[in-house]
Amino acid sequence: MWRFVIGVIVVLAVAFGGFYAWAWHGEIAPIGRPAVTAFDPAVIAQGAKLAAIGNCAVCHTTAGGRPYAGGFPVETPFGTVYGTNITPDTKTGIGNWSEAAFRRALREGVNRQGDHLYPAFPYDHFTKATNNDIAALYAFLMTRTPVDQRNRPPDIVFPLNWRLFAAAWKLLFLEEGEYRPDPAQDEQWNRGAYLVAGLGHCGACHTPRNFLGAEQDDKALSGGEGEGWHAPALNAASPAPVPWSADQFYAYLRHGFAREHGHVAGPMQPVVRDLQRADDADVHAIAAYLVSLNKLEAAERQQRSKAALEFADSRALKAPGASANGPAPGAESGEARAGPVGYAIGGSQIFAGACATCHHQGGGLPLSRPVELGLSTAVNNPGPRNLLHIILNGIHPPLGERGAIMPGFSGALTDQQIVAVVSYVRAHFSQRPPWTDIASVLKSIRQNAQARTEKP
Amino acid sequence: MNALTTACPTRRRLLATGGAVVVSFALLPRLALAQAGHVAQLPGSLRKAPMLDSWIALDASGRVTVFTGKAELGQGIMTALIQCAAEELDIDPAVVTLITADTERTPNEGYTAGSHSMQDSGTAILNAAAQVRAMLVGIAAQRLKLSASRLKAKGGSVIADDGRSIAYKDLVNGLNLHQPALPASSLKNPKDFIIIGKSMPRIDIPPKLTGAPAYVQDLRPDGMLHARVVRPPGYHARLKKLDTGAVDNMPGVVKVVRDGSFLAVVAEGEFQAIRAMNALSQAAEWEWTGTLPKQSELHEVLESLPSQEIAVLDKGGGSNSNAHSLEATYRRPYEMHASIGPSCAVAKFENGKLTVWTHTQGVYPLRNTLANMLHMQPEQVHCIQVQGSGCYGHNAADDAAADAALIARAMPGKPIRVQWMREQEHGWEPFGPAMSSRIAASLDGKGKIASWRYEVWSNTHSTRPGGPAGNLLAARYLAQPFPQPAVKPIPMPDGGGDRNSIPLYTIPEAHVLYHFIPEMPIRVSALRSLGAYHNVFTIESFMDELAAAAKADPVDFRLRHLDDPRARDVVTKAAKEFGWKPNEKLPQNRGRGFGFARYKNSAAYCAVALDLEVERETGEVRLGRVVAAVDSGQAVNPDGIRNQIEGAIVQSASWTLYEEVTFDRQTITSLDWSSFPMIRFPALPESVTVHVIDRPGEKFLGTGEAGQGPAAAAIANAVANATGKRIRDLPLTAARIKAAIGV
Amino acid sequence: MTVLHVNGKPQQVDADPETPLLYVLRDHLKLNAAKFGCGLGQCGACTVLVDHEPVFSCLLPISVLDGRYIRTVEGLGTADRPGPVQRAFIDEQAAQCGYCIPGMMMRAQGLLEHNASPTDAEIRNYMAPNLCRCGTQMRILRAVRRAAKAMSATNEITRRAKA
Repeated sequence: MWRFVIGVIVVLAVAFGGFYAWAWHGEIAPIGRPAVTAFDPAVIAQGAKLAAIGNCAVCHTTAGGRPYAGGFPVETPFGTVYGTNITPDTKTGIGNWSEAAFRRALREGVNRQGDHLYPAFPYDHFTKATNNDIAALYAFLMTRTPVDQRNRPPDIVFPLNWRLFAAAWKLLFLEEGEYRPDPAQDEQWNRGAYLVAGLGHCGACHTPRNFLGAEQDDKALSGGEGEGWHAPALNAASPAPVPWSADQFYAYLRHGFAREHGHVAGPMQPVVRDLQRADDADVHAIAAYLVSLNKLEAAERQQRSKAALEFADSRALKAPGASANGPAPGAESGEARAGPVGYAIGGSQIFAGACATCHHQGGGLPLSRPVELGLSTAVNNPGPRNLLHIILNGIHPPLGERGAIMPGFSGALTDQQIVAVVSYVRAHFSQRPPWTDIASVLKSIRQNAQARTEKP
Repeated sequence: MNALTTACPTRRRLLATGGAVVVSFALLPRLALAQAGHVAQLPGSLRKAPMLDSWIALDASGRVTVFTGKAELGQGIMTALIQCAAEELDIDPAVVTLITADTERTPNEGYTAGSHSMQDSGTAILNAAAQVRAMLVGIAAQRLKLSASRLKAKGGSVIADDGRSIAYKDLVNGLNLHQPALPASSLKNPKDFIIIGKSMPRIDIPPKLTGAPAYVQDLRPDGMLHARVVRPPGYHARLKKLDTGAVDNMPGVVKVVRDGSFLAVVAEGEFQAIRAMNALSQAAEWEWTGTLPKQSELHEVLESLPSQEIAVLDKGGGSNSNAHSLEATYRRPYEMHASIGPSCAVAKFENGKLTVWTHTQGVYPLRNTLANMLHMQPEQVHCIQVQGSGCYGHNAADDAAADAALIARAMPGKPIRVQWMREQEHGWEPFGPAMSSRIAASLDGKGKIASWRYEVWSNTHSTRPGGPAGNLLAARYLAQPFPQPAVKPIPMPDGGGDRNSIPLYTIPEAHVLYHFIPEMPIRVSALRSLGAYHNVFTIESFMDELAAAAKADPVDFRLRHLDDPRARDVVTKAAKEFGWKPNEKLPQNRGRGFGFARYKNSAAYCAVALDLEVERETGEVRLGRVVAAVDSGQAVNPDGIRNQIEGAIVQSASWTLYEEVTFDRQTITSLDWSSFPMIRFPALPESVTVHVIDRPGEKFLGTGEAGQGPAAAAIANAVANATGKRIRDLPLTAARIKAAIGV
Repeated sequence: MTVLHVNGKPQQVDADPETPLLYVLRDHLKLNAAKFGCGLGQCGACTVLVDHEPVFSCLLPISVLDGRYIRTVEGLGTADRPGPVQRAFIDEQAAQCGYCIPGMMMRAQGLLEHNASPTDAEIRNYMAPNLCRCGTQMRILRAVRRAAKAMSATNEITRRAKA
């Protein structure tokens, strides 16, 4: 018996030793910060465009902070990881990282010192980047303004804060190595696929994750979550009533508005803002690839589009004050009616007073022209989360920039009224089943907002 | 004499004399003086309305009424004018009632514009008050049988050195103010001022902040109806077909008014009117008769249009263009007044007479133009100015008045309130013209400017009403449309597109040429400071470019070329208070900038120093400390001056960093705050400090527009200082700055 | 007939329930302070408080206001007895044309009811929805800071009096 125990111990020890040996990465020697002139300006410019596609600045910048100096909280089910300082400051940033150290971080998720990085840093995507692209990104980052700003240590729950767990996670889920083009597809498609799966790391939000927080590869881009928002499916599971076309994807990614789907909002806003600096051809390539994820016969695509457009038109308000077609207030879904009665007014009435000023055909103004709600992704999503976010907080462009504005109604409407109007919008403008969890999702968003404002 | 009699209605003469008819001893010589052509020598607006009772009335209860043809636009003019009257009359400002622009009550002072109010109306009231005070003292001298030298005015009474005193109210019985002013007044010694030069809280602020009906928007005469106008979808659209069936039966709708392509709806309730407007808009079919230029080619299009060449300045020898070592082109887009409250007017047509309550800047000019549009006599039209939201020049105020007049005429007896919608104000107001300027200069061996050549291209900066009706928007869309009247350049020294085109700097050889472009593809008119905003932006940006070429500090370089001691004082004051150290190098991405101008080269002097930070990755500007110095001559209300300059700096920062009217080939596309963003609180400077250099006894110098140009230039210079890149196209958006910085 | 609770008083209003509060305040109740600025929820000129929250009254139908408490500038004080926020704005001369100021004051009131001593950054962020075209913002910031001080001083006196 003791032999067996010893045997097990030995096997475990050997196994752990092996794992440890596999997991162990040495430090890569620090270097002095390279001079800006050490890099080819063309390569830096290429790196800038790739950094835009990679949205590096989003997680590596706090609200109101210096770009790339870190500090943005990335919430995960296991705790919060803060974006690190990736400016070339030698003390607090990556100023003393060699290109090899930088490449290892992107490919293997190991920092210069040899520590495993938490997968909140999406090296499972970045590993697919080519050496040339990594070199360009490196050139770009090493020529930014160095900012002396210490990294904030992650708040990860014990024992997952033990970095070897990150190594174990990689053993299970990280498939290292560059993107391999699909020879059956054309160049544009491959470029799009490379950017989506690689630096663009679209799956980080748009792919569902398993209980260990890893993306479920078999469900790639079929809908996930980011910063408390639902990230809609981009493949055949897309909730969009009109199937996405390449033009519409392009319009959305380039200009933040797709006529048949809606305005960019929430955590996707900075993504689209960054994409303004990407090459036009790359945005087209991403659009072309994304369209291919929803394999539809041309005839079916056309038929579905036509039906969706007709339905949306039939439900749209022709003018503010005109009565809506389609189900009258009586058709409001269960939840609104089940609410505490008293002076319970219908969602349709709230909509007519609060929303219809802009949300009618021909309503709104050039940049803030609302999408036909019958076509809106937010209205047709599987859950009410995004629509609630938008109704509560509205949509706002960055300070001083042109862009759609929708005011938020968080203080204007009571919870009960929000539930009523959301129920009405879903029932009236969508052919999908009613949402049954509006009140609970609303509560969780409100609580989260509360928690966030109480932070210093 | 005709001008004299029309300027002072009989009713007020009676009021002024308390009903008593007394012929003053002074009357005859005064009239004689006026007839002898002394009117031209009268100070300020007394030239336009020489009779004292056009300006001041005293009654037996001790109330003093002061009349001004100028309008309160939020610039605090009422308070400053009351200060002038109270100071020279020696009375408590609280007993003064000020009556502003009203065609049946006040003198005709034209427009409230061009930072002229203190120079014109302030000077007139100051002198009229001093003359009235002298007359009161004279009457008291007779009553007390003392020589006037033994009397003085104080606190609303005339006091004798023997201790006797008579209150003004007891002297009005002997006072006849229906007589012309004299060219000279015995003004107080400025060092004896107790009201002028001290900050006085503005009289209009408490009512505005406590919900009093302070604005034309707040008027609700009995029986008032709400109207909304449906404007065409663009300048060049005409109403082709209209079916009002769906609108006529809407709740509350009283009438649809149509005259050609002018379309409006009147309803009982305001929201009913809005709904009806939307429905009417959908019921209308339009046809297009023309297009707009391509925005991307705008400046090329403007410069290629026929222009009238105006030589503004030719100083020194002939200019040899090849000799200039530095040359640059600067551009500004169409800019918007963008009042926070869209324009509004109330009008009533009754018994052949039209009364219009309007936030116009000029009640008399508007009256004439409304009369022309309605084929009425000016005397049949009564325009009363009531405050609106800040206008900053010729916005849609007059157009709203025209709309109200047309609708009221169609519904006699009913007061009609027309409120423009946000997108109408943004889309139809007359914008500040797009401009371009080309500037070249050379330096001598000692680092001074040897020669200077400046050219500027612009449309007119005034299509204000006053003449034919075509300057009113609605008039151009009537079934019998009025054409846009021909435009003329505003002559220097005020100037329009060439306002402030002559540098105040001493330069041995300087040439300034104004290309005045009559044809206007986009509707334009006066916007706060007119061409000065662009010309000062250009000149002051280029001064920094020249300073760099001369390896000189920007402030030193300016002082090197300034001889006017007051200009030097303002520049020095701003630099000192800012803590400007010559040739100081700021931390990376931080920059500082300086800008200076004397508005119109004749009004207030203003210098601005500021610092800011440019975020290299995004091109975003964070404004830091702003310090300004201003010399408005004799400062009447120093806090009012500070308020104007602070506001000018913040507004100019918004113009300079963000603002641009946009359009496609059919219509204006910047129609709300999402398509036309302006500055919001988080983007404000860290601080703005304004230092007023008071000049007791000097003339009042208009201040309202003095800050726009210097602030813009200081920002542009600071951005250049922070980034090493000179941006010459306005606005300095984050995208433009980022593009200049590169990766 | 809808009943609205405005500035502490119930008011019967005969208007279509879809009518935005702004028009009812101005036209039915003859309250001038809330202003029409854009009707789009972009400028804040129409800001009033509903249950302590600043809202755009131009987009809020009266149908949703049953049982809720509406406050406008008229409820803050009068010309003779201005409330602390009005007092602070008058003392700082924080107005030019003044058209946006009632909305500014209501948002400031809302801020100070949530946060008695806001930092400068908090004031700037909270006030962001409201626009001022005259450029009076620097004075508005000073007025909000002054009001915060005055209100916390008053609160302190009340607290001590109670203790």
